[in-house]
Amino acid sequence: MPDFPLFPEQASTFAGPIDALYGVLIALSLIFGGILPFIILYLMVRYHRSQKADRRNQPEGSLPLELTWTIIPLVLVLGVFFWGAFLYIDIRTPPERNLEIYVIGKQWMWHAQHPNGKRENNELHVPINQPVKLVMTSQDVIHSFYIPAFRVKQDVLPGRYTTMWFEATQTGEYHLFCAEYCGTEHSRMVGRVVAMSLADYERWLTTPGEIILPDGSAGAGGGGSTLIPSIGDPMALAGAQLFTNLGCVGCHRDDGAGIGPSMVGLYGVETRMQDGSLVTADENYLRESILNPGAKIVAGYANVMPSYDGQLSEDQLNQLIAYIKSLSDSESASTRLSNAQIASVVADELK
Amino acid sequence: MATTALPSRGYLEDDTPTVWAWIKSWLFTVDHKRIAILYLLAINFYFLLGGLAASVVRIELITPQGDLLSSDLYNRAFTLHGIIMVFFFLIPGIPAVLGNFLIPLMVGARDMAFPRLNLFSWYLYMIGGIFALSAAVFGGVDTGWTFYTPFSSTYSNSNVILTIAGAFVMGFSSIATGVNFIVTTHTMRAPGLTWFRLPLFVWSSYATSLIIVLATPVVGITLLLVAIERIWGVGIFDPALGGDPLLFQHLFWFYSHPAVYIMILPGFGVISELISTFSRKRIFGYEFIAFSSMAIAIIGFLVWGHHMFVSGQSVYAGLVFSFITMLVAIPSAIKVFNWTATLYKGSISYRTPMLYALGFIGLFVIGGLTGIFLGVVAIDIHVTDTYFVVAHFHYVMVGGTIMAYLGGIHFWWPKMTGRMYNEVWGGISALIIFVGFNMTFFPQFVLGYLGMPRRYHVYPQEFQVLHVLSSAGSTVLAIGFIIPLVYLTLSLWKGKLAGDNPWDATGLEWTVSSPPPAHNFDEIPVVTTEAYAYPPEAAERDAAAWRPGSPL
Repeated sequence: MPDFPLFPEQASTFAGPIDALYGVLIALSLIFGGILPFIILYLMVRYHRSQKADRRNQPEGSLPLELTWTIIPLVLVLGVFFWGAFLYIDIRTPPERNLEIYVIGKQWMWHAQHPNGKRENNELHVPINQPVKLVMTSQDVIHSFYIPAFRVKQDVLPGRYTTMWFEATQTGEYHLFCAEYCGTEHSRMVGRVVAMSLADYERWLTTPGEIILPDGSAGAGGGGSTLIPSIGDPMALAGAQLFTNLGCVGCHRDDGAGIGPSMVGLYGVETRMQDGSLVTADENYLRESILNPGAKIVAGYANVMPSYDGQLSEDQLNQLIAYIKSLSDSESASTRLSNAQIASVVADELK
Repeated sequence: MATTALPSRGYLEDDTPTVWAWIKSWLFTVDHKRIAILYLLAINFYFLLGGLAASVVRIELITPQGDLLSSDLYNRAFTLHGIIMVFFFLIPGIPAVLGNFLIPLMVGARDMAFPRLNLFSWYLYMIGGIFALSAAVFGGVDTGWTFYTPFSSTYSNSNVILTIAGAFVMGFSSIATGVNFIVTTHTMRAPGLTWFRLPLFVWSSYATSLIIVLATPVVGITLLLVAIERIWGVGIFDPALGGDPLLFQHLFWFYSHPAVYIMILPGFGVISELISTFSRKRIFGYEFIAFSSMAIAIIGFLVWGHHMFVSGQSVYAGLVFSFITMLVAIPSAIKVFNWTATLYKGSISYRTPMLYALGFIGLFVIGGLTGIFLGVVAIDIHVTDTYFVVAHFHYVMVGGTIMAYLGGIHFWWPKMTGRMYNEVWGGISALIIFVGFNMTFFPQFVLGYLGMPRRYHVYPQEFQVLHVLSSAGSTVLAIGFIIPLVYLTLSLWKGKLAGDNPWDATGLEWTVSSPPPAHNFDEIPVVTTEAYAYPPEAAERDAAAWRPGSPL
């Protein structure tokens, strides 16, 4: 019988540890679930009414026995819990250095954009032996990004970001599923994950492919334009341009002298709010501050920023956030374009 | 002789002169036993309907392509299956049929504390059912039984409001039944019937009722909020309107996880009765079984977040919910061990109800153990929303609740109708159901770990072999469910007279005639012994009396 596997492929660093825990759970289950039925079968036959057996001195209950079968399972499940808990914390803690890819889910397709701006639909190209972090949001209902071969799954919600990370170990093509029911074509919201060597991935990143528009539709519009390379602006650069064009740069000055707080070094740092609380400036905080600026006010600043709700696509939001994050990236600090530089570049273009 | 008339004055009999008067005597009855029969008919109708929807789903899944149904129809079929089975069969099933019939008899009362409320709850159930059915007739609903927002509140184009109205009204029926059970258990126990003399079925129904009364209002309000957002566009759950989509999941599972225990706890009660009776001895560890029901009822309120491990809740929330989920496994394990220990030194007979009880233990053990897999977050991340979950909850809901429901129906059938069913067919169908069930759902564990997502209309080729196996099993399972329907119905006319106590069981319900008189007890009994007061030599005597040719 071809194509009849019992276990899925192992293609990420999580697959081994999760399968090991799964195997231990199966073994423990066999001890309980495998032996207990035989005890029951034995008792059923031994003490069937047709059998001669000693039925005197029936026990009515036994505290030592009750304690035994309370404490042993309790110890076992707690052992399993702690094992699983440490693994879970690993799965939810991405390494510092990772490749960030932005994913947008919508009825019924997946759209991804790589740091250099390359876009793809219902496919995800990733390098192996490299931590990859997905920053995901949905344009409509709840979806769930699921790669069985990597043993990872994360719901994708409208109105906020969820993240997930993995490190692929085997090159190859794997299933990509939407795992949260999302309407009519839910079962067709599938695609493939292509894991490739780093060199191949870099080559792929710079190869023009099918043109994908920012809204996720592929190759639409004018006939001649399909020859235009689909590599867009790098996300951070596109975000920088938005930052200038939308006027953000007027208040959020790099030197911190503006009406609004500076964005430099902001991402991932705990910031004190007006009400005294501490908030970590993650993707969700940045998103909220763009769409609903009054929700959390940084201590020392006034609530004067207008809302950008409805003026930005999910795609543009991703670019803005990629730009703000790049301002905290110490590696690229030297090559980073300052707001002023971008402003002058844009001004030149306008001339 | 089989055709002899039943003893007169049973609750089933009336001296109504006309057909209309006869119908009225049923539809306006306040007798808890007649209300139980009304529920039995309605609930079995919904079970067949839900089963039909499941059959359609299983037939579609034989091939990887979507060739029998369109995607929309497929989504409506599994939604119909889920909503009917959960809200109109599993939740009311054992409490409304067996609970209504037995609790007054078991506590030595002439009726429930609130007989009219009891009848009202049946009407609410029927109204809720009609809403849900009309939603199906007018084009169906495609949200899944979980109604996740913002899909249900904004995006779905199907009959969400009608269906929600059905579940909402049905919730009040549950609450009315729960209140009735609680008050009846507290105030109507016969003299001498102390709490620790109660049958374990009453204990588990009491625990169930507490959950029903505390949790059901939450889902009622939640569904109402979905309707408000859908009709008036008030932003509650849809982020586009300023709402929070995860809020719905928290509220929904705050009810729907305890609801799992609403479905399974009464089953535990039934199994305790069956194991004791057919081993002919006192149940082992009575207090531990009774208190484990209460422990499940309480801890069950604190684990709802384990449905949301990948939804975006924080790591800390995931760890806490995972930890409490591990704890809830323990009281369930205690029950299983105590039932097994009850068999020791008993005199066991393989009558149909006992076969269901033994099948229940086997299937529930698998359902419970795979629940631990799902409680470990690292594993849950991979298998949640796959067929692994589907298999797990069917092992608990079908392998647990339905086996207990059928076992209980067979056990108390002679009491309810006054006649015996066909024991040979009973045994055969119990075995067919056991085999068919495992064939249907065991392959789904493998499918799930391989990564097959649930609620998929079309699927990759490599999953086909396991899907075909599962569909084949469901055919066997369906046959197993149809056989009892036939022989139980036939037994109403052809069955042997049962007599007051055909199983030689303890319990007040077996001291009255079969079927019981309308007012249950001529004189309120005075209880001097505990439940399961089998004399120490009962098992020995039963075994000694066995001759070749006696029932197995």
